[in-house]
Amino acid sequence: MAAERTASNAGLAIGAGSRTTRIAVRVALLLGVLVSLFPFYWLVVMASVTTQDILAYPPRLLPGGQLLHNMREVIHRIDFFTSLFNTVVVATVGTLLVLFFDSLAAFAFAKYAFPGRKLLFGILLATYMIPAQLSLVPQFVTMAHFGWAGTLKALIVPGAANAFGIFWMRQYAQNSLPDELLDAGRIDGAGFFRLYWQVALPLFRPALAFLGIFTFISLWNDYIWPLVVMVNPDKVTLQVALANLNVAYNTDYAVVMAGALMSVLPLIVVFLIGARQFLRDLAAGATKM
Amino acid sequence: MAAVAQTSSAADVTEPVRARAPRGRLRRHLPSYAAISPYYLLFAVFGAFPVGFSLYLSFQDWDGIGDMKFVGFRQYYWLLHDSVFWHALLNTFEIWFLSTVPMLLLALVLAFLLHSQTRFSAAWRVAYFIPNVTSMVAMTIVFGSVFAQAGLANSLFKAVGADGVGWLTSALGIKSAIAIMIIWRWVGYNALIFLAGLQAIPTELFEAARVDGANSRQLLFRVVVPQLRPVILFAVITSTINGLQIFTEPQVLFYSDDPGTAGGPGQEGMTIVLYLWQKSFNDLQFGYGAAMGWLLFAVIALFAIINWRLVSGSGRDDRPGIPLGKETGRGR
Repeated sequence: MAAERTASNAGLAIGAGSRTTRIAVRVALLLGVLVSLFPFYWLVVMASVTTQDILAYPPRLLPGGQLLHNMREVIHRIDFFTSLFNTVVVATVGTLLVLFFDSLAAFAFAKYAFPGRKLLFGILLATYMIPAQLSLVPQFVTMAHFGWAGTLKALIVPGAANAFGIFWMRQYAQNSLPDELLDAGRIDGAGFFRLYWQVALPLFRPALAFLGIFTFISLWNDYIWPLVVMVNPDKVTLQVALANLNVAYNTDYAVVMAGALMSVLPLIVVFLIGARQFLRDLAAGATKM
Repeated sequence: MAAVAQTSSAADVTEPVRARAPRGRLRRHLPSYAAISPYYLLFAVFGAFPVGFSLYLSFQDWDGIGDMKFVGFRQYYWLLHDSVFWHALLNTFEIWFLSTVPMLLLALVLAFLLHSQTRFSAAWRVAYFIPNVTSMVAMTIVFGSVFAQAGLANSLFKAVGADGVGWLTSALGIKSAIAIMIIWRWVGYNALIFLAGLQAIPTELFEAARVDGANSRQLLFRVVVPQLRPVILFAVITSTINGLQIFTEPQVLFYSDDPGTAGGPGQEGMTIVLYLWQKSFNDLQFGYGAAMGWLLFAVIALFAIINWRLVSGSGRDDRPGIPLGKETGRGR
């Protein structure tokens, strides 16, 4: 159904779909994909050759055989596994907390009429507009005051529930969770939490997949906040460790590139696993705004 | 959570009896309040309090360790007389302009091209979206090497006999290099958003317009663009908010042990957030950093409003609606 509609307004939007036009469009798209993916290819090339190769003219355009050697150098020079571990913990725990708290709040907002619901939701939307960088300094001071500066708590707790996720999940819950189903559950004696856990959550799955991947990616890639708050140089996230590696060994390109590759790969794998669902939901979210 | 679950099931079962008494009513809604409370608690501690505190801080002189000294509006006064701040503001606007305009135009074209493809549509989307998924730090390092004096970009120039460009040394070079990174990262993302908007346009609109003899040009400007307006507005606003907070690219590009190199040669890559970070966490001028945060907020708010006006102001109706569309179609 959707595909049919796409097809029929597609031809119209672009104009006449002659054979040459179609081929030209496909060639243009392929070129675009090449540009889009080239930096990754180039990263692989640089991570698998020596620094001399990187600096040589004409540049070496094919991958070499130094990848393992360069990766071993990365592990040797920075505490790669500690920072990888930190990042994995922050991204995983942070994502699970966001999924739980956001869907729970969205469930209440979408399906329960409690006094003050409208006002509270309005406040939630208003807080969503505040830019994060506005209070970078006091956020850091707050963390230092709690004694959390330099700990993973500082990276996980403040974002454990967020306005974007609640807003987005609520939109989803309103459309996808029939009241009849909840009524049936109530007749069976299920309370709020059991209705949430056994009826709502399974139906939220597609929305949770989107929010989960989105949150995981943002937590994995976050840079300015860990840079500010992870005050102990031995205990940082992957992004900060990579930036430090780049500073400390900036003449040793090949090793820095191997580190960059090692920090990018796990995320690309996660993304490719959930990509289809994610992109469908991303598109749906944008048009509903 | 077990406690919440217990309370809730008890409350729900006995609902009709309890509902009469005010205390029972509260008890009945308790699970809902408990469910939404984590966000508000977290926001109070890690959102609202810091925002209030930053306003207070912006009137103080404080290095984070010693005593605070009240200085009134002086931080703002110094800020407005700080040439680096103005330079950073200008740089931020220039980079924002150099990146956002080509990015949104490319994304729009890309969305149309993608829209015409009925095969492999998922593969196309994944390929174009991947840049947005990857770590900015890692990719900035890659681009930094591509744009180095003897990097790939200049090697290409050399291969065709052209002079090299001072990508990381000249004013325009630095801004273009950062803008290219931003464009690369965000074109696919915005194209997918535009694509979703395109796919949401009802086919009836096209048919009606075609029956009325509209050509492709008229279809584009009379049907597609007006229908896309809300989506374009969304993309413009988010690009503005993100674009005015550029930090990672210039920070990583010119990061070194020496804080003096921040922003690169001539500080041409110094952006507001980078300057805020440097003043706060290198120079430990917390009050100054807080004041800068508020000015940044004001600038972003102003820009978001201007954009909103520009993009939505000229339209008669933003909402996709078949009745209106059909009417328009017949009218022409």
